[in-house]
Amino acid sequence: MLLATGTYLTLFYRPDAAPVIYDGPYEPLRGQEMSAAYESVLRISYEVKAGLVMRQIHHWAALVFVASIVAHMVRVFFTGAFRKPREINWMVGVTLLVLAIGMGFTGYSLPDDLLSGTGLRIAYSALISIPFIGPYLGFLVFGGEFPTEGIISRLFVLHVMLLPAIVIGLIGLHLGILWRQKHTQFAGKGRSESNVVGKAFWPQQLFKSTGLMLLTGAVLALLGGLVQINAVWNYGPFDPSAVSAPSQPDWYVGWLEGAIRLWPPFEPTIFGITIPSMFIPGVVIPGIGFTVMALWPFAEQRFTKDRAMHHMLDRPRDRPVRTAIGMAGILYVTILTVAGGNDVLALTFKVPIEAMVWFLRIGLFVVPLLGGIVTYRLCREMQSSGAHPLRRRRGVRLRRKPDGGFEEVSPDEARSGV
Amino acid sequence: MKGARWIYAAFVVSMLASVGLVTFYFIGESAQVEGVLLGLALGGMGLGVVGWATTLMDVPTETEEREPLGPGAEDPAASEPPLAPEEVTRRKMLVRVAGAAAAAMGAALAIPALSLGPRPGDRLDKTKWTAGARLVDSLGNPQRPADIPLNGVKTVFPAGFEGEADSQTVVIKVDPEVLELPEERAGWAPEGCVAYSKICTHAGCPVGLYRAEARELLCPCHQSTFDVTRGCEPVFGPAARALPQLPMEIDDTGFLVATGDFPEPVGPSYWNMDVSGDEAGCSSGSRSDSASNTGPARDCERSFPITGRSCSARSRCFASSCCLRPAPI
Repeated sequence: MLLATGTYLTLFYRPDAAPVIYDGPYEPLRGQEMSAAYESVLRISYEVKAGLVMRQIHHWAALVFVASIVAHMVRVFFTGAFRKPREINWMVGVTLLVLAIGMGFTGYSLPDDLLSGTGLRIAYSALISIPFIGPYLGFLVFGGEFPTEGIISRLFVLHVMLLPAIVIGLIGLHLGILWRQKHTQFAGKGRSESNVVGKAFWPQQLFKSTGLMLLTGAVLALLGGLVQINAVWNYGPFDPSAVSAPSQPDWYVGWLEGAIRLWPPFEPTIFGITIPSMFIPGVVIPGIGFTVMALWPFAEQRFTKDRAMHHMLDRPRDRPVRTAIGMAGILYVTILTVAGGNDVLALTFKVPIEAMVWFLRIGLFVVPLLGGIVTYRLCREMQSSGAHPLRRRRGVRLRRKPDGGFEEVSPDEARSGV
Repeated sequence: MKGARWIYAAFVVSMLASVGLVTFYFIGESAQVEGVLLGLALGGMGLGVVGWATTLMDVPTETEEREPLGPGAEDPAASEPPLAPEEVTRRKMLVRVAGAAAAAMGAALAIPALSLGPRPGDRLDKTKWTAGARLVDSLGNPQRPADIPLNGVKTVFPAGFEGEADSQTVVIKVDPEVLELPEERAGWAPEGCVAYSKICTHAGCPVGLYRAEARELLCPCHQSTFDVTRGCEPVFGPAARALPQLPMEIDDTGFLVATGDFPEPVGPSYWNMDVSGDEAGCSSGSRSDSASNTGPARDCERSFPITGRSCSARSRCFASSCCLRPAPI
């Protein structure tokens, strides 16, 4: 879906920062100076037949692409499907997530509108914040001091050639390894470490997968047709001295934006080396985050001393520590993502932005901790009770006695419906 | 061993060619030479590897049965014949030479990446503001203090550089009574007009929002807030540095003009940024903490009173107010 709509868009898009005067049908921008890139996106949206729907499907598909990767990853994590012998494939998966976010970012920067220019500006600032190499790196990537004319065409090459080639290659590797290692499975009748139970690839799996692909396409088409996304004509062309408020990135970058917003104004100079306040939340935290994710299988092996092969999946409740850590991680990223929209929230709930930020700063530590503890306790509880969280009634039934006291209704009695 | 010599030579040629490529990147420019050197680097490596495989690897020709294309086929474990001791040393040596050639080739192939952008130099430290530059709006109109309404905001540029990203500046007119600027900057606010860099010191967004009742500039990207009356010191949010203030005055014709560049680098911080008061940049001479001049006489050495440190024109100093001309009091 992404490939098909993306290819269509490249036929009309111009990766060119050269200034042009807009002379198209969109009245509010007529006569304005803008880059050829932005002008071509306006043309795709207003003049190219089927252009707008292709663009919107492409954007929606990108959002869903990253979301699917995250959902898949959560599933693999909580069921322990990353364990030996699948550590390498897990790392391939983490790399794919990073690349997918990179593709998303380079993609939504291409229209060269005011919002995407702001995003590029922040990325540039994060780059130059790196001690020792930052300014050099920033100038190499952007071709000079921001804003530069060349960045659009560089992003274009990354977005349509380099990153997709790597992503497609890695998806091939990901599936190839899966093909060789076969699927994992939950414990069940006739299932063991030494077998794999399921339907054959041909014909049923292939039919199911094809059908699923079409259904996903259907949802994306509905979204792309009916739900407006990234209305770049509203933002206007990029102007380095203007900015729109509020400014939010696509959802999968929200956590980074939130980290940058919550970070305190801490900018020490140690031995003449300034550590900019962008560096830790913008470079170090994501670096550590992805490294921990990639190396998690090995960390767990070391911690649990379990280096055996596993083809059977864990129930999350049977691994309460892992489940609790995973839950805390999800909550942490969720709070950061919420923080990425703190100005919108402050406006919506009529709270001063300062209070909002402090609330989230505290929440960032408290919520994952509490969430982790609660998750751990729930896992333990479910382990000992054997109860399914949704299917079975929990607790005991009480009945009032004639003398005013209470007595417990026995489970048998309760079932017979007293 | 005799047959191996030309293989070593091939690797060495490749390595030298790669080193040559890296050197040539910096000293010359000739597609012919670059092409020839890259050809030698790749060709030497190729010859060496092929030669290694054909002449040095004593591997018997094997006969392998065709595997039936279908399920259940397993690779037969490949067995390796043991190597003689001199073969082991030779292999070690070969691996070393070939590895060195490969490393050199890696460097040679990576070096063109330096063409992607210029070296930063002092580009991050300086803007287009110079002494005498008029403050003009994006259309080039010069500004009188009267052109800016009380509690109003205007984005300005140095005349001739309208729209220049790193020079964007915001002028705000406030009641002069409420200003609490550092003493030595008192003259930088003619008729209550103060000018600050519009680029946020956090992530570089334009600081586009002004809360007139609180006299605060607010960056819409990450909500850093700056107090306009107190030199745009950050009062909230992730920004840690004040927005640099533009030294300015009113010229003979009544228009606002800058009296120099910003005293500090504008925009987001970087590791070796040279802010006023930074020892490396400013106080190569005396380090008197008082405003009096006790250090050795220098061209324009003068105390920079914001931090109480002195600076000299010989050092890389951005305190234009002290280095280029005396601060107007």
